[in-house]
Amino acid sequence: MKIIADTGKCVGAGQCVLTDPDLFDQNEDDGTVLLLNAEPEGEEAEENARTAVHICPGQALSLA
Amino acid sequence: MTDVEETTATLPLARKCPFSPPPEYETLREESPISRVGLPSGQTAWALTRLEDIREMLSSPHFSSDRRNPSFPLLVARPVRSEDDSFRPSLIGMDPPEHSQARRDVVGEFTVKRMKALQPRIQQIVDEHIDALLAGPKPADLVQALSLPVPSLVICELLGVPYADHDFFQSCSSRMLNREVSPEERQTAFEGLRNYLDDLVTKKEANATEDDLLGRQILKQRESGEADHGELVGLAFLLLIAGHETTANMISLGTVTLLENPDQLAKIKADPDKTLAAIEELLRVFTIAESATSRFATADVEIGGTLIRAGEGVIGLSNAGNHDPAGFENPDTFDIERGARHHVAFGFGVHQCLGQNLARLELQIVFDTLFRRVPGIRIAVPVDELPFKHDSTIYGLHALPVTW
Repeated sequence: MKIIADTGKCVGAGQCVLTDPDLFDQNEDDGTVLLLNAEPEGEEAEENARTAVHICPGQALSLA
Repeated sequence: MTDVEETTATLPLARKCPFSPPPEYETLREESPISRVGLPSGQTAWALTRLEDIREMLSSPHFSSDRRNPSFPLLVARPVRSEDDSFRPSLIGMDPPEHSQARRDVVGEFTVKRMKALQPRIQQIVDEHIDALLAGPKPADLVQALSLPVPSLVICELLGVPYADHDFFQSCSSRMLNREVSPEERQTAFEGLRNYLDDLVTKKEANATEDDLLGRQILKQRESGEADHGELVGLAFLLLIAGHETTANMISLGTVTLLENPDQLAKIKADPDKTLAAIEELLRVFTIAESATSRFATADVEIGGTLIRAGEGVIGLSNAGNHDPAGFENPDTFDIERGARHHVAFGFGVHQCLGQNLARLELQIVFDTLFRRVPGIRIAVPVDELPFKHDSTIYGLHALPVTW
């Protein structure tokens, strides 16, 4: 699993950071998503990645 | 052909039970999930009641949030038109690409990390108010003692608005949000608050510092050479109102709900890690700011199999979406452990609430502290006698008498 983040679509809501702070962070200036780990491993991290994609309000996250 | 359009209901619909959405939402969702409805403004609009349709509409680029456009569907009577156009729309009334830049300018102030940094100060404010509550007479009104002052103080400090003026701006915002006041009175309240913030921003422009959000935005504008006084007044207006009314009502509604569901309250007390999950469920169950998901179509676009034409208003009934059984199993059951994070109580799409993580943090600190420090707290009147805000654009409680 690979997480893809489109910062152009990101609205800085921080929903991904709340879901898994080991995978996601936010740019301090404009709040856009920073991927800390684009390739989550293990059931829990993968499930968190799927949740983050589903709830992302800007639909800036996808999985490949 | 007839001029009179067939509508299935007139919004806003009333809640029959204070803890549940209007019962008609279920019928609408089952029989006509995308239906024409009448509005108090005399307009007709589409009402969406399915979670997926609401998410699709709110994330489509073909819907506008421009409240000044006559096509924008209003859940109150049409406002008196103001000749003064110096008041720029705030974020909530803008569309991309203008909105994207304006939101990006300020969203760094509301990141998860920035909110966490406010935790000690919010804890201090909550503790001071609970000290005063415990030292004062019983019963006490929790709205005045805790629900309203905590988020008001926090947003005032964050923005740089003097809290000493809170009686004034709280009165303006409650009149603006009350559906039963006349358009003239609403306009007077609006202009009063706008003029107050116009003066405040002018003063700050003369002496801008890094100490508060408005000062930081002024300095940022100067650096980019794009000073825009009207935009800052609009931003201050939005953040001040959105920052205290919404959270205040969720504190009151959440307190009542947790006290009425002692088994769920016990779970939080035993494990404060569950408080955040409880907050998501409370946000879902009440969905207090339903009209924030109103838009109008800027192109012909199909949503959920229905063609919505350019210029037609659409209201995503987020409270209906948040009780859609396709999105939440047994939606009318309050269950803090259901994992309700995909609710649309903060909206969805590019306008999703800017202050949502501040709201979560405030609610978390308030609930954890209140039930820890006042373990014997109980509602001082029968629940069916509580004054729920059936008359307001933002649902909540006018007062909450408690004792302990």
